[in-house]
Amino acid sequence: MGNAVPAGAGEVRPDPGVERLTDAWVAAIHARGFVSAGRAELRGILAGAAYWFTAVVDGRAEIETAREIGTELIAAHLTDTAALRCSLDVLACHFADRITDPVRLRRFTTAVGALSAGYARTLQQRTRTEQERISAAAFAARGAAEDARWRSEARYGAVFEHAVLGISVSDASGQVLEANRALADMLGYPPEEIVGRSIFEFIHPEDTPEMWPKIQAMLDGRVGHVRMEKAYLGKDGRQVWTELVVSLIRDREGAPRYLVAMVADVTERHLLQARLQHQAEHDPLTGLPNRALFFSRLTAALAALDPDGATVGVCYLDLDGFKAVNDTLGHDAGDQLLSAVAHRMQAELGSLGHTVARMGGDEFVVLIENCAGPDELTALAQQALETVRRPVSLRGREIVVSASIGVVSWPVPAYDDATPRDDGAAALMQAADTTMYWAKRDGRDRIAVFDPQRHRHDVHLFELAGRMPGALERGEFDLEYQPLVSFADGRVAGVEALARWRAPDGEKLGPDLFIPLAEQTGLIIPLGLYLLRRACSEARGWADADPSREFVLSVNVAGRQLRQDDAVARIVEILTETGWPAQALQLELTESDLMSAGGQPIAALEELSRLGVRIAIDDFGTGYSNLAYLHRLPVDVLKLAGSFVSADGPLPPSPDRRSARDLDSPVVLSAMIELAHSLGLAVVAESVETAEQAARLRSLGCDIGQGWYLSAPLHPAEVPAVLDRRHPV
Amino acid sequence: MVETADPLGEQGMDRPAWAPDEVDMNRPSVARVYDYYLGGSHNFEADRKFAEQILGVLPEMASVAQANRAFLRRAVRYLCAQGITQFLDLGSGIPTAGNVHEIAAAEIPDARVLYVDNDPIAVVHSRALLEGDERTEVLAADLTEPSRVLDHPLTRSHLDFSRPIAVLMVSVLHFVPDEARPAEFVRTYLETMVPGSHLVISHATAEGGHAGADEAQSIYNRDRSPNAMRMRSTEEVRELFGGLQLLEPGVVRIPLWRPESPVGPEVQRYPGLAGVARR
Repeated sequence: MGNAVPAGAGEVRPDPGVERLTDAWVAAIHARGFVSAGRAELRGILAGAAYWFTAVVDGRAEIETAREIGTELIAAHLTDTAALRCSLDVLACHFADRITDPVRLRRFTTAVGALSAGYARTLQQRTRTEQERISAAAFAARGAAEDARWRSEARYGAVFEHAVLGISVSDASGQVLEANRALADMLGYPPEEIVGRSIFEFIHPEDTPEMWPKIQAMLDGRVGHVRMEKAYLGKDGRQVWTELVVSLIRDREGAPRYLVAMVADVTERHLLQARLQHQAEHDPLTGLPNRALFFSRLTAALAALDPDGATVGVCYLDLDGFKAVNDTLGHDAGDQLLSAVAHRMQAELGSLGHTVARMGGDEFVVLIENCAGPDELTALAQQALETVRRPVSLRGREIVVSASIGVVSWPVPAYDDATPRDDGAAALMQAADTTMYWAKRDGRDRIAVFDPQRHRHDVHLFELAGRMPGALERGEFDLEYQPLVSFADGRVAGVEALARWRAPDGEKLGPDLFIPLAEQTGLIIPLGLYLLRRACSEARGWADADPSREFVLSVNVAGRQLRQDDAVARIVEILTETGWPAQALQLELTESDLMSAGGQPIAALEELSRLGVRIAIDDFGTGYSNLAYLHRLPVDVLKLAGSFVSADGPLPPSPDRRSARDLDSPVVLSAMIELAHSLGLAVVAESVETAEQAARLRSLGCDIGQGWYLSAPLHPAEVPAVLDRRHPV
Repeated sequence: MVETADPLGEQGMDRPAWAPDEVDMNRPSVARVYDYYLGGSHNFEADRKFAEQILGVLPEMASVAQANRAFLRRAVRYLCAQGITQFLDLGSGIPTAGNVHEIAAAEIPDARVLYVDNDPIAVVHSRALLEGDERTEVLAADLTEPSRVLDHPLTRSHLDFSRPIAVLMVSVLHFVPDEARPAEFVRTYLETMVPGSHLVISHATAEGGHAGADEAQSIYNRDRSPNAMRMRSTEEVRELFGGLQLLEPGVVRIPLWRPESPVGPEVQRYPGLAGVARR
């Protein structure tokens, strides 16, 4: 307190008045809690103030000293003006009884004023100083914060401008505020053309719709980051594929404020993926959709199928004789042919909006997703067939191919009901495949329409074929014998062994059903040998039982059996094993079975004939009935088909209406028998079912008869009795 | 004007997590509002407006602040008498009369003080005030992140952790919510110190049914408040000391902590608690 503080106790005598004033002052201030200083410290300050104020009132000090006391009070942190009022109260109280002299009173009054003025002025100065200091501090702190932000922004700016990634900052509505050079280059716009536009303007129309909820969620502030792959439209209309991460920047209250997008150009990768995808879904040779893509479109079309609306149509097309082209002209030519057919089909049918796909090899399919009905489908199939038929120029040659086409219109009533909806595509394609094979089987170069009944039959046969090898092992095949009766004397001249399949469920199947299956599967080879061995063995037994019995054993053989290299050796082996004489064995073959693939007679026939085995042409008249070749074949017997035998009535009047049916006439029958005899062949009439037929045949000179009228096929046990009696004809 | 080359002492490194986006003089600050209670002028309009709101419901706030200041003085003097020469003042605010470095310096000439506050203005102002004082330093940091305080190079160079340190958390922990786990970080500070170190806490309370204190707390928890407030009970404040050994008279109303002169019975409802403990 400078000169206001008494230098020391020794210099100033303790004044009881000053002591009392100090006590009262300290008590008042302390009680009000105006300062944090302890009571002793407060006393130290106020003791000096009391002393010097008293001195001013007493006239021992200048009035200016009172002003300094005011300053001291502020220095002691008595800044609350209530502390000043409190102090003035204490002073007034103290001096009230002590001032009687007007001069002192004036000095007191003046001192109080000076103290107050000093207090006020110092408080004002102090306030100003503190305000200046805190403002300076605030500005410095703000400057520092801005500086820090500037440094942060400078770093961000460097990252922003020089990043390889495209970066944009937009406001919460999507309006772009900033875009960097990389993004501009990526999209082909200068940055200033991007800024100010909405990010949504750049979104490619092909953008997947599921993207929008994500973006909306972010704009709503529900999601902080979104990662997606999407396309943008470049300025030149080019599609730019990007991998995009958008981050939401919130304000201090947490509301969405900015969207920062970081964009990587993945167009190259995307194109590569697209190319790979295209490769995975297309046939490299023809460029057509492949099996996988076809199935995915078919599945989609079936899923979209309206139960009461259009159908889904499929044409399953297989080129006829393609293998021959490959084999004769080479694979390159084959490929050219496939390519040419593919391009034509695509041009003719693909242009109508149908999917033309290559299933593999020489198989193509046409998918008609919205098919009005079977008529439209058949018309399209016909168009496809005609397209294929047009000649193709290969290596300077005109090649003409045809196709077999299976047509299915899905759903098929009363067929697909049992098909689970998910298996629709597989079931449909199986039906189409089957139907295409019908077209093949029916003679190629044609269309077959799926028929569920025929399909069921096919399936049944297929099942039978599958069961047959096991049936052979289990001995489910055996034989019945039908007598061959001589018209000359009514004697049984022989028996024809007829195969039977007795399935374990009791069903008895005839050879007309299972022999073709066995020929297809190749089972005919072991089955044929089995049946031959069995027949020879049983016949041997009957002959041994009564050596006077003379009869021929006639056994059916398939051409395929005789085309085996070891066919003759195997037959000889069976004859040797069973002891059945070759001269008493007759092998029945159909006309078509007599010839090899090259149109020549099967070599084995000559050999067997030389051994003494008789060869009979079975069912003569059902095939080409080409009489011309008969004399070139080692044939002994002609078995006339039942149609000749059942024919009756006169010769048709008009000679120009000579059709196959015209063969079925008594005149033809007569001529046939005559011709056979002139060639030295014995004639057997099949299917003799009435006495009239038998009588006519006998009168025409037919040698042998076979049929229900003469005898039904017999169980082996019944055969010996028949061999021993003359049949009444 | 003050030197502002690097006022926040961040040396161009990343801004600390607590650093505000901007220095906003239109938002009240705990430190400046407290300065206003103490009769200072280191404050702005927003601070004064807020402080007046509090004074409206709790008129004795000014004297409460003075009493808190008086407790700080008594506690520092006591610690100096115990031979403590280092002080870590967490949440130091605006340095006004009767600051720790002044009190300590009056007792021990070589006392070292580190002021820590998260208010950038308070930090800048403190630095300006302490310009040239080698024994006192100011660190800009948030006391709720002990590692940022304790591991800072300034802390390590200014304080000697091999000798006892007094940690002061005066009138600051009521600005720390329970979610910040105050007891845990308080323990972290003390565990870093050697035995003989002390912890000083003063803390706002509404215990004893002080309606004004309740209202003051709710005002602090409203919008435009410098900081939310979590007043605590005696038991809760005691828990903040953890397992440390509380010195007599334990956790008590602030004026009752080793008073220098007799106090009246009215202090039983005083809206603040204080205690000192030793490790």
